Amino acid sequence: MHERERDLVAQFMQRQIGRRELFRRMGQMGVGAAAASYLLNTASTQVLAADFDWQAHKGKTVTLLLNKHPYTDAMIANLDNFKTLTGMDVKYDVFPEDVYFDKVTAALSSQGTQYDAFMTGAYQTWQYGPAGWLVDMNQFISDPAYTAPNYNWEDMLPNLRASTAWSGVPGEALGGEGAKQWAVPWGFELNNLAYNKPLFDKLGLGVPKNLPELIETAAKITKDAGGPYGIGVRGSRSWASIHPGFLSAYSNYGQKDFSLADGKLSAAMNTPESKAFHDLWVKMIQDSGPKNWATYTWYQVGTDLGAGASGMIYDADILGYFMNGGDNKEAGHLAYAAIAPNPEATAPTPNVWIWSLGMNAFGQQQDAAWLFVQWASGTEHGLFGARKMDFVNPVRQSVWDDQEFKDRIAAKYPGYIEQYTTSAPGSKIYFTPQPLFFNLTTEWAASLQKMVAKEVPVSEGLDQLAESVNRQLKQAGLG
Amino acid sequence: MAATAEVAGARAPKQSFSRAALPYLLSLPALLVCIGILIPFFTAVYYSLQRYNLAMPFLRGFIWFDNYKDFLSDPAFWNTVSISLIYTALTVGIELLLGLGIALLLQRPTLFNNALSIALMLPLMIAPAIASLMWKLMTNPNFGILSYLVGLVGLTDFKWASDPSTALLTVVLVDIWVYTPFMMILLLAGLRGLPKQPFEAAELDGVPASFVFFRITLPMLLPYIITAALFRMLDSIQQFDIIYAMTQGGPGDKLMVFQVQAYLEFFTYTNVGRSSALLMVLWAIAYLLSHQFIKSWLRLRERARGQA
Repeated sequence: MHERERDLVAQFMQRQIGRRELFRRMGQMGVGAAAASYLLNTASTQVLAADFDWQAHKGKTVTLLLNKHPYTDAMIANLDNFKTLTGMDVKYDVFPEDVYFDKVTAALSSQGTQYDAFMTGAYQTWQYGPAGWLVDMNQFISDPAYTAPNYNWEDMLPNLRASTAWSGVPGEALGGEGAKQWAVPWGFELNNLAYNKPLFDKLGLGVPKNLPELIETAAKITKDAGGPYGIGVRGSRSWASIHPGFLSAYSNYGQKDFSLADGKLSAAMNTPESKAFHDLWVKMIQDSGPKNWATYTWYQVGTDLGAGASGMIYDADILGYFMNGGDNKEAGHLAYAAIAPNPEATAPTPNVWIWSLGMNAFGQQQDAAWLFVQWASGTEHGLFGARKMDFVNPVRQSVWDDQEFKDRIAAKYPGYIEQYTTSAPGSKIYFTPQPLFFNLTTEWAASLQKMVAKEVPVSEGLDQLAESVNRQLKQAGLG
Repeated sequence: MAATAEVAGARAPKQSFSRAALPYLLSLPALLVCIGILIPFFTAVYYSLQRYNLAMPFLRGFIWFDNYKDFLSDPAFWNTVSISLIYTALTVGIELLLGLGIALLLQRPTLFNNALSIALMLPLMIAPAIASLMWKLMTNPNFGILSYLVGLVGLTDFKWASDPSTALLTVVLVDIWVYTPFMMILLLAGLRGLPKQPFEAAELDGVPASFVFFRITLPMLLPYIITAALFRMLDSIQQFDIIYAMTQGGPGDKLMVFQVQAYLEFFTYTNVGRSSALLMVLWAIAYLLSHQFIKSWLRLRERARGQA
């Protein structure tokens, strides 16, 4: 590398100039984009390699189990960086989300050694951790022999670090004393509004600020838009229908899933306040939700917004993000806004879904696997993904502070950064951690279906749900 | 001569050993298949007698028949039994009637009928999960062709699998679409294989068609009908892919059949004990039903032999 080019890359690595400026000046020196990318990648590797033996496991191969996701695409696109840095090889299997967690459960429960690391959600660690299938990452994170000095664990958003750590004691707070770091946050989504801006402008609608306004706006869209329905939310018979918009709004009303007394859990879904909230939510779906709501997963919610079949969604912010691009009919027409559903609340409280990286407790090369996890969750890869790929939302504050990333998002996704900034302080997992999470949350979704279908009145449905939940908690020795 | 006798004497024990071992060697593959079936079966029996949730390994232990006893007082379990049986009765019954009707229409082996019977087999070539996704698209209220067609007759708000009152109908329709050809092809083979003499005699005597159908065709076809119904019944009571792909057992608990419930218990809730117990109950129901069917089939065969 010539001296002038090396200096230029060094300036970039020290954040004295931006990526655009780097490429502009490289261009002036006659260095093409491909060559500039190569130089940059080499320099990134050198920066990462400083003061830490990344080559400790040179020649080894780590095997990953991955979900088909833009985060996975970003990782695969940058994999050469890891290989150059460590001298290691990476093999991976990618499965669609429909079957992904079945594969993980089968791979881990059989105590197989095939996979060294894998993608997981934070909720899943409440099953995998107590079962003894996961490595407690604390042993690596806190040991300088295993972790590079520039890994900067504190740079990870604190609520996400806490949300992926749990003591295993049902009902005990996430990230509390003695919590084990069952996984490392990788990318995450919080739940807010994404809406069709031209449609809102055409109908002269303002962006709803709370749930009553949301219900009213959704009803107007359904009535006046001439086709599109008002609000897209998930409704399939699955725990995945509860955790996005529904629980974000529920927690904003100060409601909880369980109450804890003397170490015993009991259902808290049938309080008068919870019933009042459920009444509002059910009415919103009945009046302005999709006709086939009971079969709606994130996929249908997202594609309806992208196709112009719905006016807005209350779901993962990144779902709205992805629908604003590609060959979606409404690409470029979507905008984003934070929402605090309770009119008396001071700020939004979005529940979060965190795609995380976990390590197989039965894996034969955990040290090598940690090198991969460390690299994949590190700042450099986070910046690469956020700037060049769709690796949003980043889990590191330094990536959110990156001007190039912010400029890119602000240019194409109006309101996205603002909805994040407004919501981030209150965004975390609002569920009570306990090992029956999937049973009881799926049953909650089934109860909602019955209420929306008017098979059972809301109050009676919630009493039945609480009774069933309490019975199951008692049977499992948790209630 | 002596030398020859010696050689023959030396070979004789070898030949008899091979001959003796032959039956065992021939049955070895069947034995291996049996082991492949029996080991998972007895493992499931073993798990069904335990409190065994992968997420709570510290609670694992023998509780003997408690998983089964819990079912007795659990309304969700009785809902599962009821839905599974209703689903089975509806699908097998309707598919049998339709399959028989189509087979009767295609009975004469003309070129057109043969081509049509092959074309009608096409749904059977599609994996049921894929067929379910096709139907999910066709029943989409925004762009689904079936939603459009029912809209033409005034059903503009028809919610298909999303509505508790029409969810069962929707999945039964998908099952009928996929599996009626199976019934049709078995019954068609049966119809074409029936002896011609009784029909020719009836025609000469001027016997009415309805009499021929109910007194000659149907009784002679009954072994085929029972065989086809048995196969479909065993498949239907274990239904998973169509229901899971379309509704995941919802809305509410409307379509929570055995296999969907057992799948959720194992893969989503990691409750191995309860999932295994559910599958044991399903096995018992399938065993009892098939036992009844086979008894009826044997009785018919005996009667046919007696008549002969």
